[in-house]
Amino acid sequence: MAHAAAVATKPKLAVYKFASCDGCQLSLLDAEDALLDVAGAVHIANFLEASREVVPGPYDVSLVEGSITTPHDAERIKQVRAESKFLVVIGACATAGGIQALRNWKDVDSFTSIVYANPQYIETLQTSTPISYHVPVDFELRGCPISKEQLIEVVAAFLQGRRPNIPTYSVCVECKARGTACVMVGAGTPCLGPVTQAGCGALCPAYDRGCYGCFGPMESPNTEALEMWWRELGVSDRDIVDAFRSFNAWAEPFREASDRVEARLTVTGVTE
Amino acid sequence: MTSETRRIDVDYLARVEGEGEMHVTVVDGVVEDVEFGIFEPPRYFEAFMRGRSYREAPDITARICGICPIAYQMSSVHAMEDAFDLTVGGTLRDLRRLIYCGEWIESHVLHVYMLHAPDFLGYESAIHLAGDFPDVVKRGLRMKKIGNSIVTTVGGREIHPINVRVGGFYRAPTKAELAPLVEELQWARDAAIETVEWVAQLEMPKVEQDFEYVSMSHPDEYPFNEGRLVSNKGLDIAVSEFNDAFVEDHVERSNALHSTVRERGAYHVGPLARYTLNFEKLRPSARDAAFSAGLGPACFNPFQSIIVRAVETLQAIDEALEIIDGYEEPAQSHIPYEVKAGEGHGASEAPRGMLYHRYVLDPEGLIEDAQIVPPTAQNQLTIEDDLRVVLEDNLDLPDPDLTWKLEQTIRNYDPCISCATHFLRLNIERS
Repeated sequence: MAHAAAVATKPKLAVYKFASCDGCQLSLLDAEDALLDVAGAVHIANFLEASREVVPGPYDVSLVEGSITTPHDAERIKQVRAESKFLVVIGACATAGGIQALRNWKDVDSFTSIVYANPQYIETLQTSTPISYHVPVDFELRGCPISKEQLIEVVAAFLQGRRPNIPTYSVCVECKARGTACVMVGAGTPCLGPVTQAGCGALCPAYDRGCYGCFGPMESPNTEALEMWWRELGVSDRDIVDAFRSFNAWAEPFREASDRVEARLTVTGVTE
Repeated sequence: MTSETRRIDVDYLARVEGEGEMHVTVVDGVVEDVEFGIFEPPRYFEAFMRGRSYREAPDITARICGICPIAYQMSSVHAMEDAFDLTVGGTLRDLRRLIYCGEWIESHVLHVYMLHAPDFLGYESAIHLAGDFPDVVKRGLRMKKIGNSIVTTVGGREIHPINVRVGGFYRAPTKAELAPLVEELQWARDAAIETVEWVAQLEMPKVEQDFEYVSMSHPDEYPFNEGRLVSNKGLDIAVSEFNDAFVEDHVERSNALHSTVRERGAYHVGPLARYTLNFEKLRPSARDAAFSAGLGPACFNPFQSIIVRAVETLQAIDEALEIIDGYEEPAQSHIPYEVKAGEGHGASEAPRGMLYHRYVLDPEGLIEDAQIVPPTAQNQLTIEDDLRVVLEDNLDLPDPDLTWKLEQTIRNYDPCISCATHFLRLNIERS
């Protein structure tokens, strides 16, 4: 019974999904080199995408992917919180509402009738909101998708009883570290890097395109300065609104920036 | 006389991508009703894309699915290019095939080793399987990693790559960036042949179904990005004729739309359809592997999809090796084009089946209307047909074993429920 004894003493990990694309929990399976080590260090007690086995809670660490978009999920997350010692939310959907939070600016009933012939079969909330709007969370790991290296760091940190080492500076720092020339200064390419949290490794500029903000706002971003810079590059206000309104649209600094620019659109009547 | 009702509930089906359920009722040994439901919360992609730029479609639609983002990126860029009368050929076309090979390898190996094989061998998961067969699981993980490495090298990262755009890529990889992939691909080639041999030995339930298979078909190639839509029951249409041939219905049990062939009904997309409709287009190495695994040129047993996925993995590996071997860096990373109003259609073969996109654009290239038909929505009715047959064949099994068998039947389709909603609950009721 050595095996059972080992299982009993290992910390229990659970993984949950709410409205999302599955990509962030897939990051755990994509950590090919670390997966069997993780499975050795923790008891993966509830991870439906990977296993039929569901060991009842409570769990030491729960990873939650996805946003809250239905009345049922708004109740389910409370149960997950109650069963979890540490609740770590992963990805742009769980930390900011995800791309599906674009509904928050619209009438969801009109959305339902665009996609579905029989809207009466669909039960959904007016908004897509991050997990922290519903229950207290212990850590928010950003990214659309998250970085698997950061995920392993966060899981390791909670198991070791320390804070995760996840930088909150901007993508610009990663571009410098990587030696990528600034795409905005050099090529005049609009880039959200100066206001976006690092973590991706400054990928887009390394592929000759501007950052599109998938890790969400950095700590204290200056979105107004960025907005002015983009305007000087000839970007329309309409496109600036859309740039802030993507995968982290409902994250407060990006939401405020998009609303500010949109209000300007309305005032001046510019509809570029 | 008493009536006996058997009822089994599985509210959250495991080892699938997304959230789904199954509901089955058996009254006095007779199957009354079978429902495969999808309750993944709706995310409204087709609605919120209205008013967004055509340029954003590959990045936004990738977020429908973290397992097959390349499929969404490819179908969307092909639809936009169709609207702009743009053809992307040569090396850029090869690079698109290469990144798709990466996604097929990554997704197929994930399914074969981590999601499907545990069913055949009676393990709850690949992690449980690794307890008894560590070398087998490690082989799978290493193969999956090489698929991800291809996507990362060409696309920037494995999930939601950032390098695909209308007209080509933001930056074409250098020869030196692709070169390190070759050694691992050569190892993976042998590993794929071993994988075909391994899955060929699994005990296969004997189920033959009269499927209408639908896949893309290209005159010279096993299909990825281009071709007509064909079936084994006479369908042969251009991608732009999709809505003439197929119809999407919205039923109460599902947040996904059901697709049918007009006036015929359920159809089947995915590896078995591609294989049966395009067998002669497979590379000789893949055909040989299929023959040694005991498959013929057509396959109508849904459980054998695990073998066909392994065969397609070998196909994708050899294809990737050939593309890398012949690669010359293109003069431009993307072809220039003119934005204009119009309608565009695109289809490509996602690992789990054909994925259709249609967009209507205004003169600025803003999206006025979007339609996305993912593979799992297309397979939903066929999965219910399979469940009925497998249920009828296995009514003598006790509930836990029957439940597992039915789950396995659903997993034959590698269902991506996140995709289909644009989720699975298993619920067996016996009377």
